[in-house]
Amino acid sequence: MSLTGKTLNEEEFFYGHKACAGCGGSLAVRIALKVLGERAVAVLPAGCMSAVAFNFPQLCFGNNAMISTFAGTASMLTGVEAGLRAQGINDFQAVGFAGDGGTADIGIQALSGAIDRNDNILYICYDNEAYMNTGIQKSSLTPFGAKTTTTPAGENIRGNLRPKKNMFEITAAHGIAYAATASIGFLNDFMNKVEKASKIKGTKYIHVIAPCPTGWGTATDETIDFAKEIVDCGLWYLAEYENDEFILNYKPTEFTDVETYLRKQSRFAQLTDEDIQVVRESRDKKWERIQKNYKVK
Amino acid sequence: MKPYLRDKVPTTLSEIPDHTAYEAGYLVTKNAGWRNIRPVINLEKCVGCLQCYLYCPDGVISKEENKVRLDYDFCKGCGICKKMCHFDAIQMEVEK
Amino acid sequence: MAKEFLSGNEAFAYGIRLARPQVISAYPITPQTIVVEKLSEMVEDSSLQAEFIHVESEHSALSCAIGASAVGARAFTATSSQGLLYMAECLTYAAGGRFPIVMMNANRSTALPWNIYGDQRDSLSLLDCGWIQAYAENAQESLDLALMSYYIAEHKKVSTPFMANLDGFVLTHTYEVVEVPEAKQADLFLKPYVTENKLDLSYPKNLAFSVGPDHNTAFKFKEHLGILRAKEAIDEAEHKFNEIFGRQYTGLTESYHADDADYIIITLGSIAGLVRETVDKYREKGEKVGLLRIRYMRPFPNEEIAAVARNAKAIGILEKDISFGNEGTVYTNVNSALQKAGLSIPSSNFIGGLGGRNISEHEIESIFEELKNEKSTVSFLGIGGGEE
Repeated sequence: MSLTGKTLNEEEFFYGHKACAGCGGSLAVRIALKVLGERAVAVLPAGCMSAVAFNFPQLCFGNNAMISTFAGTASMLTGVEAGLRAQGINDFQAVGFAGDGGTADIGIQALSGAIDRNDNILYICYDNEAYMNTGIQKSSLTPFGAKTTTTPAGENIRGNLRPKKNMFEITAAHGIAYAATASIGFLNDFMNKVEKASKIKGTKYIHVIAPCPTGWGTATDETIDFAKEIVDCGLWYLAEYENDEFILNYKPTEFTDVETYLRKQSRFAQLTDEDIQVVRESRDKKWERIQKNYKVK
Repeated sequence: MKPYLRDKVPTTLSEIPDHTAYEAGYLVTKNAGWRNIRPVINLEKCVGCLQCYLYCPDGVISKEENKVRLDYDFCKGCGICKKMCHFDAIQMEVEK
Repeated sequence: MAKEFLSGNEAFAYGIRLARPQVISAYPITPQTIVVEKLSEMVEDSSLQAEFIHVESEHSALSCAIGASAVGARAFTATSSQGLLYMAECLTYAAGGRFPIVMMNANRSTALPWNIYGDQRDSLSLLDCGWIQAYAENAQESLDLALMSYYIAEHKKVSTPFMANLDGFVLTHTYEVVEVPEAKQADLFLKPYVTENKLDLSYPKNLAFSVGPDHNTAFKFKEHLGILRAKEAIDEAEHKFNEIFGRQYTGLTESYHADDADYIIITLGSIAGLVRETVDKYREKGEKVGLLRIRYMRPFPNEEIAAVARNAKAIGILEKDISFGNEGTVYTNVNSALQKAGLSIPSSNFIGGLGGRNISEHEIESIFEELKNEKSTVSFLGIGGGEE
């Protein structure tokens, strides 16, 4: 039976934290821990979720949890997993929660190492598309056109000029045991992927889009709307990789307008019609590839 | 285990742990002061669909007798619950 | 107890096997490689029951060891030079978290210029990271230190990571006859690691957290106390070690004719052997010279240094290190010990052996001769003083 709000573990494990109101990342962590339960041993690097939850004596994880070095989420997770196993403990789930910068930039080497070793860990990247904890700086998962504090929008350059790094396919290219994309706008999909991953032996990677009202320039109650719309307009997608195969979980019958999605966020305020056309074309190109290479369920 | 508020705030040298290790889920402050609007649940309209509970980033909405209840100590007033409710059972009211 | 012909690296690996680490994470770097190769072989042939993690970098090597220690496992790693510098962030992390990880560091020069040979710039430049720092002189001491390191690091009053330093090539690759203790005896000496500083499935914890300005000093004070208390733990470990294995070590320092000497060379690591031989020659001539070998740079042997310096006319600090723009780090530390003890005797700094440069017996003699001038100078062996 698949997980829903009704069947999900009622216990809360991530509570009393100081994340901004309407924080998407905190929802991803909360839901994943409800799926994994009290045997989850969590490792979080420096970043939003550790900054808001580990301020002694205010400690907001009800399960075992620790902060790792920024670059060392995956390797510390490996150590946790190996250390428990070496003591004969096997009924636990080693889970990492790192942001986009902690995953795609500074932590990618350690993550690649863990996947290469096929360590029995679950790594969840909550992607809010910039270094939000330090005040909205560009990461390699910041999308084209987004204004951040290090990619300001001026007369010469209109925000970030580079597209998002494709972490999902990068992890898949390692031949990882399981990888998936998700969005907190589709929690049923996300929690079932977390549950599925928890039952697979080897390295699991889930990349979940988690909007940030503070960094995206959106209202605190719109977080879920944007997490849905980014999928509906085709700029993000819900997919899985396992057994050497890519699977598309959800195909909108018709994409909603990219422009509508972009124009509502102040980080994209400076985009010209031409810029938006670039976004539209790159989306269509990506979907051509998806249609060709992914199995559509 | 759900983190919960404690009476004791470790402050003296002997109360402070020797390592950076402490009991999980040890809360000493609330988040209520962050809020300038608060969600109010109309239990007559609530059908217990649990979408507000599911999508709350702070986990402050819990199931109660086929409906939901809200922990105002930790609600930040983001308004997501109101948005998720298809039954118009949640209203945002200005904090006094 | 069996006698074997082992290099410093191999001896250290034998000592680690006796300590039964549960997780080993390491990345290769010359001249450390043999210790991790040896440990991999031991895991392969099942003479060591440990998880061997082939990490992709030194930063991950220590991050992984921290993760293992954070769940209460005994963890080991090894590195050298650039690798040690690459994991520097994790050094303060392990120390602040009070994770009693043991790491062997093969002392090697740091780039630039590139150089794979021994000096102590790598570890001494990281003296302030909160780790216990020990310096071995020979292969036997390396093995014994490997076994004792966990006893000291994991001691309830200490809870501090331990860096055991072996001079690159000169010690790591030099073969000597070494007495290898029986595993049964080692088990009498070192018990399994037990701690409350861990993620625990029956009693969940939040670990490695943030601490704001109000309480931060308290945590740092406790970290400082932990490493200071290592001194007692070292004495305790060495006493127990002697009871079981019949070899007595001498705490933070080892004195060789230093107690009544007029002129003393203070040094650390494998070069002490040559200084000892030179002391013998001088003593045969009736000249009162001595050697004080620093075995531990942290905790620092302030009292031991003051005790021998009290009767001396001058001391010379010979070290394979320079803190650019000032002087050798060991020299700075020794002078601080003298000052705190109210001693104002001449002390000179002799910087040698950089990038593996050989230090000759003649140069040791020239240091003793220089000390007779009873001045305080800083000079590079083979080159001379800096611009003054």
